[in-house]
Formats: sequence, structure tokens, C-alpha cells
Amino acid sequence: MKAKTLFDKIWDNHVVYQKKEYPAVLYIDTHLIHEVTSPQAFTALKKRGISLFRKEQTFATADHNVPTYDQHLPIKELLSRKQVDMLIQNCKENHIKLFGLGHPFQGIVHVIGPELGITQPGTTIVCGDSHTSTHGAFGSIAFGIGTSEIEQVFATQTILQNKPKTMKIEINGKLEKGVCAKDIILYIILHIGVGGATGHFVEYTGSTIHSLSMEERMTICNMSIEMGARGGLIAPDKTTFTYIKGREFAPKGKKWDSAIKKWKKLISDKDAQYDKTVEFNAKDISPMITYGTNPGMGIAITGNIPQNASQKALSYMNLTKGQKMIGQKINYVFIGSCTNSRIEDLRVVAKAVKGRRKCPSVTAFIVPGSKQVEQQAIKEGLDRIFKNAGFELRQPGCSACIAMNEDKIPSGKYCVSTSNRNFEGRQGPGSRTFLASPLTAAVAALTGKITDPRKYI
Amino acid sequence: MKKIVVIQSTAVPFPHENVDTDQIIPARFLKTISREGFGAKLFYDWRYNKNGSENAEFVLNNPIHTGEILLAGHNFGCGSSREHAAWALLDYGFSVVISSFFADIFHGNALNNGLLPLQVSGKILSTLFEEIKINPKLQFTVDIKKQIFICPEIGIAESFDINPYKKICLMNGYDDIDYLLSMKKRITNFEKTHKVMSKIES
Repeated sequence: MKAKTLFDKIWDNHVVYQKKEYPAVLYIDTHLIHEVTSPQAFTALKKRGISLFRKEQTFATADHNVPTYDQHLPIKELLSRKQVDMLIQNCKENHIKLFGLGHPFQGIVHVIGPELGITQPGTTIVCGDSHTSTHGAFGSIAFGIGTSEIEQVFATQTILQNKPKTMKIEINGKLEKGVCAKDIILYIILHIGVGGATGHFVEYTGSTIHSLSMEERMTICNMSIEMGARGGLIAPDKTTFTYIKGREFAPKGKKWDSAIKKWKKLISDKDAQYDKTVEFNAKDISPMITYGTNPGMGIAITGNIPQNASQKALSYMNLTKGQKMIGQKINYVFIGSCTNSRIEDLRVVAKAVKGRRKCPSVTAFIVPGSKQVEQQAIKEGLDRIFKNAGFELRQPGCSACIAMNEDKIPSGKYCVSTSNRNFEGRQGPGSRTFLASPLTAAVAALTGKITDPRKYI
Repeated sequence: MKKIVVIQSTAVPFPHENVDTDQIIPARFLKTISREGFGAKLFYDWRYNKNGSENAEFVLNNPIHTGEILLAGHNFGCGSSREHAAWALLDYGFSVVISSFFADIFHGNALNNGLLPLQVSGKILSTLFEEIKINPKLQFTVDIKKQIFICPEIGIAESFDINPYKKICLMNGYDDIDYLLSMKKRITNFEKTHKVMSKIES
């Protein structure tokens, strides 16, 4: 039998039907939805007079435009409220499990899926959000879809998809202290380019990858889309199984034993062929920072902005070619988003700022990825550390990553952000974003400028 | 979905690379529950100045450039999966986007809405940008049935690829749901034997 990649194995296991020259009819195990990209799909479904096909495989949360304070009160912003109310109504009508505002499981869709044990190895997972690739950290095929595709999944629990090519990204070696998972992925994107993995599904492998925690693996898979990849996955291992065990929707008892047996087989065959293979060495990776207006415009934090940098991007950022990034003044620090808002990220920040105080000119806020992360942070006393350091701990949501709620970076201001996109206007019209790890962001809040975090650990 | 078979039009040049869907339609305009009206917000932050006035330098505000074809730079539509990007382009009046490279999700969303993403080589794209600069009124014909893109005035006649299934969809105005619904029996049968690694239970 032909050697197969892990991606091929999971894909083949989900193909319901494949007509020659047609896209595959791909079965979807788990469908995650949120308030922004689902309403039009529900309306279209209703218009066709079709009911939801597999409600028990659909999970919903409100995250994209929810406020991050006073969540117990009605949403002030009328359009946001209408969208969230619509989600509540649609879930009620279609009997979908909703972890809405006020629910102890509410949070960013890509944080709560794994946290609740909904994200499981070997499955196919889709959501109307490009960062669905996050769930690939558990050895699943997970990818973002458009609203028409949401409707397809609602109606049939399948989706029409052309099979992507495969790409292996192997990283070996030990990471230097102060280098986080975010630095790894920013480094990879810098080398592969923002369109370099388009049409491909990535498998991350190598000793460095398998030494990472689940939170760190999620950060890496999360940003696969930023190099154009359809998604990114990591073969499940002991770390994966330990993370899932005991979670709300994880298999229990005998079912757990049989699940583990199956999950352990989820690896690429030794001789499996990938369409593309790229290798990196962990020791070459430094803390990273972006200077431009896409995630591929990054450099090692101690570096200078390249001479061939896009002039349009630099004009938007008000930076110059050859300029050093270290010492660049900043105004805001945002710790959050589906990339870096998990408990481990908050612990990294707490450790860096404990007993210290933020720079007075900087506004620093932390938006936990979920209610559970928020509660855990409080339980561990991280909230007090943040408060004493002058960081504000808010309530869960996508917040300033997408700036659909009130959390916007003002025009012209610089923000060191742990999110995933530094596009023009992403954090609010005219906002200027530097993407970085939670450690680099925390240290920047203390000094008020971009600083090498290795000097602070 | 509206059928599209042959489009004859001038093209609007937008020669920027890596244009992400946040630029096509900024997130703050996604707070609606319908698919309509996004054309007014297309490329909003490039098209309008901070005070809301039109940015005279932006191509959509230049009356010389009109048409149903958007000529876009490499890696068009990267970033967010928002289908609103395809809706906005269609609602504005575009039927075809020509580029040398499209991001995956945008490409799929466009086809699912009857907006043709037409991929040409980087060389052809550069030629088109140059020629339109000289003559903004150049007429192009995109024929989906023949899979050909022509502009006799500048001697261009290029064939283009399209998935045979998607070609049928575009030419007849079908969408994927019709096809998938016809698969319902196969899907139900598949579920009987599909080894979901572990059935999710509450």
C-alpha cells in the first residue's frame, strides 16, 4: 500500500463521494459557529426550507463582537447586539448547543473547542473563521470556510472541497530561552511568505514541535493561514492525550481507551511523500517582531527593517528602511486573540511583569480567550499580578484582534499585539500593529518601547 | 446564484499585492445579518479619507476606470475567510477578478457566489496593467464556456483553468447545496460506517 501522510489518512477517511474531476464530498465531524459569519447561512437554509442536518455536531459561541467588560449587561452597540441575539435565536430554533455570553464555557471559538475536549484527533473540523487551523494542533483536519460553505455543512454535514497538496515543515533542535511558539511561526511565515503555502495543508513535525505544549502547538497551527495554508496539523502524541483527558466532551472510561488506541495510529507513514518539504533549525530562531502590514513582514527583534521592505507598508506604519526595531516607542499592548490568549500565555505575561510596573504612557490590556481561562487566571492570582503591574484584565472575546467591538487602537497609535494580523486597519482604522509573542508584548508594556525580552527573563 | 457565461467589459486596475479581505471589506462592516449592501463599503479605508470624503487617488473614484472586471495584484484575497469580501465585489458590480494568484478561501467563496477568479501568469498580468495605463477603455471578453480571455486590440487570447464542476455551476447558476443535497443518501450511508474517532458526547 502507498505510504500516506497523516493528512491523507484523515482526508481519505472522510471522503463520502468523489466523482472524477469534481471536488470531494467531505464529511465534517464537528462544526463550530459564531455570530458574525453564520446568520446569512441560517437565513439561506430557512429560505430553502431545509432543516439543520446534524445539530449534535454543531457548537456555537459568541466571540467576535462581544464587549470585554460588563458582559452581564445588554450589549450597548446595537448592531453587535442584534448579531448576538440572532445567534441565540438561530441556536434555539435549531437546537444547537450555544456557549453564549454569561455561559461558563463562553470564549473565542478556537480557544473553547480544545478546552472543552470538542477538538479531537483524527476528526474534520470547520468554522466560518480562517483561524480554524488552530484545531490542527490536535491532529485534525481543521480549516476556515465561507458562509456558503457553512450553509452546506448545516444542510448536509459535508462540504465540497478540492484536496489540497501537502507540505511538511520540520523543525529540530532546542529553542533559546525567551523564544516562544509565536516566534517560531512568525519566523516560518517570514521564510515561506504570506502566499507560500497557498493550496497546501501543512504538517508540522520535528523534535522542536513535539517538545511544545498544546497551547504552543495551537499558536503555531493558528497562524498557518497567514502563509496561505489551508490548515496546519501536528500528529497527536502523549502531550495531546494528556491535554484532552478529562475534558468536558472528551471520551470517558472504555471509550477513552478505545479512542487512545485509534489516536495513536494517527501518524504519517515513514515513507510518505509530501508535495513540499521545508526544514528549519530551532537555534536559528530569535524573538520576532513585525514591522509591516502583513504577518510575513517580520524580523528578529534585534534586526533592522530590510532595505527591500514595502514602501507602502512603511508609510502606513510611519517607519523607515534600515531602522532598528529595538527602542521603537509604542502606545498600546494587547494580550489576547485565538493565537495567544490561553492560560499558558497569561502565565508567561504574569511571570514577566510580576513585581514590576508598566510604562505610564502605555495602555496594556489582557483579554482572556475564554471564561475558563479568566477563572483559572483569577484562581492562580494572576489577576492581582496584572493589576499591580497596571495591566487591565478584561472579559473574553476576540477584542482588539479584529476590533469589531469597542476595543480599538486609535488611528496612528502603535500596538504590540499577540494577535495574528497586522493588516492595515485591522485593530481599528489607522491602527499600527507590531505582532509579537506574549513575552515580548509584556516586556514592551514595561519599557514603553520594543525591547529584547531575553534581557528580562 | 446569477448565471455567468460571457462578460464583455473594461477592467479596473488595482495593482497591489497581498490585498487581504480586511482591505476588501473592513471587519467593522460585518455586523449585519444579510448578504446585501456591502458594495458601498468595498475597499472602504482605501476609497475614503478619514473625514469620509472620497480619496481622489483611489482607482474606484477615478471615472476613467470602470467595468465589471477587477484586475488585481498577486495573492488577492488573503487573510480572513469572510465571504463578505466576495459579496462586496459582486454588489459593487464586479463579475470577474483577474490576478496572477488567489488565496484559497477567497477563491472558493468567489466561485460559490458567481464571481469568477481568473488566474493568469504574472507576465500577462503585468502586460495588462501596462496596457490599461495606456488605454483605460480596452475591452476584454471573458468566455467561461470556451475558457478563454481575449483582448484583440493588444493581441491577447489566453485560455484559463476552471474546475469542470465549477464551470457548470457558473454557467447555470447552480450552487453546491443542490449537488450536496442530491448526495443525502450517500451521506447517511457513510455515517453508518464512518468511524468518527470518538463520538462527541456531553
